[in-house]
Amino acid sequence: MAVVFERPKSFADIPLHYCPGCTHGIIHRLVCEVIDEMGIEGDTIGVCPVGCSVMAYDYFTCDMIEAAHGRAPAVATGVKRTNPDKFVFTYQGDGDLAAIGTAETVHAATRGENIVVIFVNNTTYGMTGGQMAPTTLPGQVTQTTPFGRDPKLMGYPVRVCEMLATLTGTALAQRVAVDTVPHIREAKKAIRKAFENQRDKKGFSIVEVLSTCPTNWGLSPVDALKRLNDEMIPYYPLGVYKDGNAFPEKEGE
Amino acid sequence: MAKITVNFEKCKGCALCTTACPKKIVELQKEKRNRKGYFTAVCIDDSQCIGCAMCAMMCPDCAIVVEK
Amino acid sequence: MERNLMKGNEALAEAAIRAGCKCFFGYPITPQTEISAYLAKRFKQAGGVFLQAESEIAAINMVLGAASTGVRAMTSSSSPGISLKSEGISYIAGSDLPCVIINVQRGGPGLGGIQPSQADYWQATKALGHGDFHLIVFAPNSVQEMVDTVTKAFDLADEYRMPAMILADGLLGQMMEPVTFPEVTAKEIEKPWAANGHGNKREHNIINSLFLQPDVLEKSVKDRFERYAEIKEKHSDAELYMTEDAEVVVTAYGATARVAKAAVNMAREQGIKAGLIRPITLWPFPVKQINEGAKNAHTIICAEMSMGQMVDDIKLAVNCSKPVEFFGRTGGVIPKPSEILDEIKKYAKGGNQ
Repeated sequence: MAVVFERPKSFADIPLHYCPGCTHGIIHRLVCEVIDEMGIEGDTIGVCPVGCSVMAYDYFTCDMIEAAHGRAPAVATGVKRTNPDKFVFTYQGDGDLAAIGTAETVHAATRGENIVVIFVNNTTYGMTGGQMAPTTLPGQVTQTTPFGRDPKLMGYPVRVCEMLATLTGTALAQRVAVDTVPHIREAKKAIRKAFENQRDKKGFSIVEVLSTCPTNWGLSPVDALKRLNDEMIPYYPLGVYKDGNAFPEKEGE
Repeated sequence: MAKITVNFEKCKGCALCTTACPKKIVELQKEKRNRKGYFTAVCIDDSQCIGCAMCAMMCPDCAIVVEK
Repeated sequence: MERNLMKGNEALAEAAIRAGCKCFFGYPITPQTEISAYLAKRFKQAGGVFLQAESEIAAINMVLGAASTGVRAMTSSSSPGISLKSEGISYIAGSDLPCVIINVQRGGPGLGGIQPSQADYWQATKALGHGDFHLIVFAPNSVQEMVDTVTKAFDLADEYRMPAMILADGLLGQMMEPVTFPEVTAKEIEKPWAANGHGNKREHNIINSLFLQPDVLEKSVKDRFERYAEIKEKHSDAELYMTEDAEVVVTAYGATARVAKAAVNMAREQGIKAGLIRPITLWPFPVKQINEGAKNAHTIICAEMSMGQMVDDIKLAVNCSKPVEFFGRTGGVIPKPSEILDEIKKYAKGGNQ
């Protein structure tokens, strides 16, 4: 018998600190599989800001930088601009990317910053114990929306891919999920495409991954996947919102 | 001929693998907890395993190795 | 060497390029914007990265990213913008990264004004962000000295893996003076810690300021403070002017020191034994030099463009062994030599009271 599935090489062989059933681990693995398949571990620099994935620097075996809350796209910009031949990715949660780091996200996208952004949307602030996130669904109960998110008081959730797809600098804006094996396969293809875009200097690529937080949702891991499918996907439809080249004149250079 | 090997200490007993298995042969065992206190996943019938790796793909802790 | 007449801000920018700075990330704010404008043009020919960021916060984090990969990185701003950068500066210090930050100070607090000020002394030397850390802070007093300081700032930042600040002000940034650019002797310092892609040749490098175990965090801070102790020992700097026999000594830094020097000269012409101590590094604070310069003085006058932010440091430096009086203008008002002369006369006449 031959091994047909094992931990990717660039995914450090240490236990993950995430809660049981948290899908961060799946998303980490997909990124590592793409890095391995493209053979770019030695040329990749990852940036993980504050959130549950703040310690992801221990899990990815490429060079890693831990950034301040929300600032990963700016840090990645500094890395990429001074090292244009290296691969740079950020790995950010919803509070990080769509609240405190909105400006950094939008401007990295509009500059067509040639980086990959892995955006993990689980509709809550996991690390601090489950407060309302910019992506918290209307009606969703969190620690800071104990009666459910009321859009009249707390506004509406941000649909990041739809918003960023309006920007010329965005090459790829795609929303995927990790609730089923077919969705996971789709997610990996999207992440691969994002890294290939970077290789081909096409501009800013974001892959939004709908993810779970069983602990703070108060659900079992299996029920959390069901919620993702039943409640999140209808509000955040999966699909490709933009797929192009931010700098078509550069083609063939 | 195929089989899965679940890393006993890495598994957190989240049961996501059990929902992914098309043969329904992955379950959480109830005999022995690992050092973190979790009942871990096991294959209850190796003879039926087709090596599709869907359990491993679903595993958030990358705790499953699949051979075929 | 060729002498050029240059504006302070532009001279700083040119000096940075000659010191091996490879990238600049900034955001417009008066009175430092010429640095950005100059580099936007000059990096094109010199080879380097200029990027106008969406905010001061983004700019300092871009510096963090570039510095993480081992390249010489710089940003500049003026007072309100430095406040915005303080988060990133704390992370840079906590991650042991080198970089150079320029503050061309203006009046504050709040939006304040756009005229020269030294009201960010406390911020620069004591509170540039949360946590236990320092920056090396230089306070040049001329366009030439600003130029000479840039290379030193980059070198020391690299050597000690920490941010360095050039604390200028609107006067130095905006004034034009003749300047020569010395042959650059920027040190090439190995940076085996850089996160620039391991090329499958080494373990992965991690740039990080997070340590969840208190004893580990304590150790990282204490290690940093050991380096700080060495810097204090080796790199504090001050100019002593006519202090040998001075009864009244003025302490002043940056642009104010130029005014104070004129006042000291005027006092000497009138037979008053006045002198000047000019701190060139504000952190580390030049304690030894101050004690040397003030050894025969009965009174010290601390002159500043602020409400006296340096006074306590002078008092501590001399261990409160003699009176430290304060004279300052603030809000963008530049003191006149005659005003400082009046202060000198006040204490010279009255002796130690």
